Amino acid sequence: MEQSIDTRPAPSGPLARTYRLICSAPFTARLGMVFVALYAFVAIFAPWIAPYGEAEVVSRIPFDAWSSQHLLGTDQLGRDFLSRLIFGARNSISIALVTTILSFGIGCLLGVFSALVGGIIDQIISRFVDALMSVPDLIFILMILSIFGSSIPNLIMIIAVLTSTRFFRISRAAALNVTSLDFVEAAKGRGENLLWISVNEVFPNILPLLLSELGMRFCFIFLSIAALSFLGVGIQPPMAEWGSMVRDNAALINMGDITPLIPAVAIAFLAIAVNFVVDWLLNRVSGLNEEG
Amino acid sequence: MNKISHPILSMAVSRVGLGLLSLLIVSLVIFFSVSLLPGSYASAILGQNATPEAVAAMEEKLGLNQPAIWRYFAWLGAAATGDLGTSFAGRPVMTVLGPRLLNTITLASITALIAVPLAIVLGIVCARFRGRFIDKFLSTSTLASISLPEFLVAYIVMMVFAVKLQWFPSMAGIRSSMDLGEQLYRMVLPILTLLLVILAHMVRNTRAAILSVMSSPYVEMARLQGESEGRVVMRQALPNAIGPIASVVALNLAYLISGVVVIEVVFVYPGVGQAMIDAVRNRDVPVIQACALIFAAAYIGFNLIADVISIISNPRLLHPR
Amino acid sequence: MTRIQNASIPVVEITDLKIEAKSNEGWTQIVRGISLSIRRGEVLGLVGESGAGKSTVGLAALGYLRPGARTNGGSVRLIGTELLSIPEEERRKMRGTQVAYVAQSAQAAFNPAHRLMDQITMVAVDRGGLSREAAERRAIDLFTALQLPDPQNFGARYPHQVSGGQLQRAMVAMAMICNPALIVFDEPTTALDVTTQVEVLISIRKVIEEFGVAAIYITHDLAVVAQIAHRVAVLRYGEVVEEASIAAIMDSPQHAYTQSLWAVHEMPVSASGRYETGVRPLLSIEGLSARYGNFDVLKDINLAVGRGETVALVGESGSGKSTLGRVITGLKEPSKGKVVFDGTPLPEKLRHRKVDLLRRIQIIYQSADTALNPRQTVRKIVGRPLSLYHGLRGSAREKRLIELLKMVELNEAHADRMPGQLSGGQKQRVAIARALAAEPELIVCDEITSALDKVVQAEVLRMLISLQKRLGVSYLFITHDIEVVRAIADQVVVMQHGRIVDRGAKEVVFSLPHEPYTDKLLASVPDMAVGWLDGIIASRTARLSTYPLDASRIDQTG
Repeated sequence: MEQSIDTRPAPSGPLARTYRLICSAPFTARLGMVFVALYAFVAIFAPWIAPYGEAEVVSRIPFDAWSSQHLLGTDQLGRDFLSRLIFGARNSISIALVTTILSFGIGCLLGVFSALVGGIIDQIISRFVDALMSVPDLIFILMILSIFGSSIPNLIMIIAVLTSTRFFRISRAAALNVTSLDFVEAAKGRGENLLWISVNEVFPNILPLLLSELGMRFCFIFLSIAALSFLGVGIQPPMAEWGSMVRDNAALINMGDITPLIPAVAIAFLAIAVNFVVDWLLNRVSGLNEEG
Repeated sequence: MNKISHPILSMAVSRVGLGLLSLLIVSLVIFFSVSLLPGSYASAILGQNATPEAVAAMEEKLGLNQPAIWRYFAWLGAAATGDLGTSFAGRPVMTVLGPRLLNTITLASITALIAVPLAIVLGIVCARFRGRFIDKFLSTSTLASISLPEFLVAYIVMMVFAVKLQWFPSMAGIRSSMDLGEQLYRMVLPILTLLLVILAHMVRNTRAAILSVMSSPYVEMARLQGESEGRVVMRQALPNAIGPIASVVALNLAYLISGVVVIEVVFVYPGVGQAMIDAVRNRDVPVIQACALIFAAAYIGFNLIADVISIISNPRLLHPR
Repeated sequence: MTRIQNASIPVVEITDLKIEAKSNEGWTQIVRGISLSIRRGEVLGLVGESGAGKSTVGLAALGYLRPGARTNGGSVRLIGTELLSIPEEERRKMRGTQVAYVAQSAQAAFNPAHRLMDQITMVAVDRGGLSREAAERRAIDLFTALQLPDPQNFGARYPHQVSGGQLQRAMVAMAMICNPALIVFDEPTTALDVTTQVEVLISIRKVIEEFGVAAIYITHDLAVVAQIAHRVAVLRYGEVVEEASIAAIMDSPQHAYTQSLWAVHEMPVSASGRYETGVRPLLSIEGLSARYGNFDVLKDINLAVGRGETVALVGESGSGKSTLGRVITGLKEPSKGKVVFDGTPLPEKLRHRKVDLLRRIQIIYQSADTALNPRQTVRKIVGRPLSLYHGLRGSAREKRLIELLKMVELNEAHADRMPGQLSGGQKQRVAIARALAAEPELIVCDEITSALDKVVQAEVLRMLISLQKRLGVSYLFITHDIEVVRAIADQVVVMQHGRIVDRGAKEVVFSLPHEPYTDKLLASVPDMAVGWLDGIIASRTARLSTYPLDASRIDQTG
């Protein structure tokens, strides 16, 4: 009798589920997904889309006005602004992406490990992370960069390490929640080793939460690299980067020209788009948890 | 009364101790990261072409031949009495930073004084009218505005109020010779920008803190007793949300600190943030160290205050069994 | 008092009420056309298993719907006012004054930030038209009526300073403060231990009778409702399947579902005493203690479990019975003493135990929801011990897996399901299959039936008994439910405050008189019969007249 009660539909394929998931997304999230796809397209195909080269000086007139030849005019050295904007997408996004994935890897591995091992090792790692987190990120980055110099690998490493503290915190907390559940205890009692438990029992359960954190942290990293470049200590010329493009052309703003703000708006739109998607995912994750 | 205040007092004292400990660790990190500097500290001051004799003389003068741990404690002791060493340019760091510190504190505290109450009120409004238009509007717009780079906000503000409307100057170069009114007038745009930057973060987090309290069973119980929604928020949820709100406010003051750096650069405001950026570009290590220490101490201080507030506002600790 | 005192109209009249709730698949009907009516001074019991819609109906009597729920038909008339058609603002004003609610967990339902007195008198002062002094006087009267200790100063405390049983009674006082026409009690004793439950039940009965208030009493426990209600409505899947006077329900339940509520009660009392003395026991515990921090949870425990035997470990929450299970399985280290399994002392630390030793002792948890990984299929859950302990792979593993599923009365179709797609009973069967997959000699069963509905409980218990006959496995059965003990145990061990206070063959332990605590425990379990509580109250009054000082003892238990 009780066995026959089963009203829930059988699971369907992952593709169909993803499709249903996207269909259930609210307008803001769908808009966000379209924008993310658009940015990805531009970033991947930058060399084919851009009318001129990344560092190519194409005009003798710096700060040239918008024209049919140079749709967004030229920059302070006479390079095509639109082309640099397009290459900037590639540089800014890829650097932020690499940094995010690196910090995600470091943070989550340590976090889950720390939660499962517990005891003195957990205490030491946690105290160290607390100390790293007790300095505002930007200040720490500025200090380290001034010592090691601002090369791209340095930039990626320092931001990845600092951001991994956030991943550590959240994955440790989430893993602790899961490890207190009976099925993890059952696995321990069964004689499973820590690696098996973290891969099979813990990770699948905290993944949705970590993925939405991943999106959010991508935004923060993307924004802080832009801020650093804007401050002149991030990505160095002649590489095109949105933050430094704003800085290099800032003089135009006082003349009422909005061109230098276009890269800043490009930054904002990507960050908004990602945040809209993440916000929806986060709501779903917390909703799922409430359902039990 | 003695018995009652006891657990709170001991908890608060232990929090202050923890705060001091993290400050100590941070100062260690700041001091010893300098020893990672490629090439010696003295040749960094003198430049690439210095003779070995000059470098040795400089090391002698700076006391670099003494053990690092000894120098650390000397530096820390001096920092505690307000002496932050000498910049590479040859001036005492405190002389360089002193007036700038005052400027930054003025800028940040005016912003915080407006932002914190406003954020709490808006956060409460969102929570009270959850799912209604005002909540959806504020949630979406704050979500969008936390995605804006600080310099974009700054330039938009500048574009609108300085370039188009010409109400305020675009450069906020205040000097101590100006009278207070003039100084405040020049600070309006940086403050406005900073406010827009941190308000969004604070409103979102305050709303989340209150909503998490609002899902407690005692809030449903109050509704079942016929409490009006406004009183449910003010009387049932808020007293329990003070601690969480204090924490998120303190956490968000980190955005105030990084915001200060960018905004001071945009508006050419003579504060510590700008000094730090200049020092980073010139690799003026003593100034960088001092700035980092100041910002870290401020941040640790905010979090400490938040911790103490949440301890004091917790009825279980306030009224032990 | 503003309420209409006309006895002819019912206090509350619910007609053909339909409520639906939002889920991922859209709107689902959770209340399917329920009609109920309660007169002044009458107590209606609302009985049903979890998910039957009891709480939803109870809250609807206050004109309140949980977020994500809406009505789609019917009416709720409270003392003549149609709640569903008036604006929320007017409904709100009736709550607390005309109709009040007593929640399941008073610990969660009282606001930690305010003193009890302020919370209890709040509605009366704000909207009940009482002055602060008058409201506090009434609260103190209610505290006295509810037999709370030190009624004058009780209200000055904060919720976390008061025990669970007292807090539950304080919540009753809060509900009574405006002298409402109707009180909805939503499982008010479920979170309490049995010995505390009796005290709260007595208090609730007393105030209901004294103040002549109408009440809806929601519970899953027929024995409890039999002590309080005049009439009972049995709910299943959002419908009333049977409604009758309490006597009629108890004597001759009509509906098959109502009858199934006796499933565990009517299970044959298992014959015990299969254990032969002189044979070496499978498990013996000698002088065992364990502590958390400075607190001793287990003190000098001695215990033996024979092969193929079921030992029931009985006690209230906090008695240390679950900790004992954890020590045996190696999940908690003892501070003293030893656990001997099949003649060899077990290593204290889990990681010092060999895999084969771990295989021989398995544990099944109370809640299958947390014991099964929600992101693994049944195949992976049950299959893992097969490959870990027995090295089974491929088709051999699959064959054994199906065998195990059949053993727990499931089939191969369930192998591809996730736990979220199974019912509560099915989940617990999967957990049992996982334990059996190891082919253990001892299974520690930690409250494994207490989260299940009565019918399912009986099915699972029957299955466990037949599995034991087939496989010869021993059970250490941790439970607080005396009915379950009667059905399954050979030996009974009673625990209190970390000590064993009583033990013996089931028939011996259950025959009165015995150890004082065992007697009290047994006497506190409500009988499946009307009038059981009356008997208790009568015997207390009799005792009170001879030993008046006993009144203080009653208070301390709550």
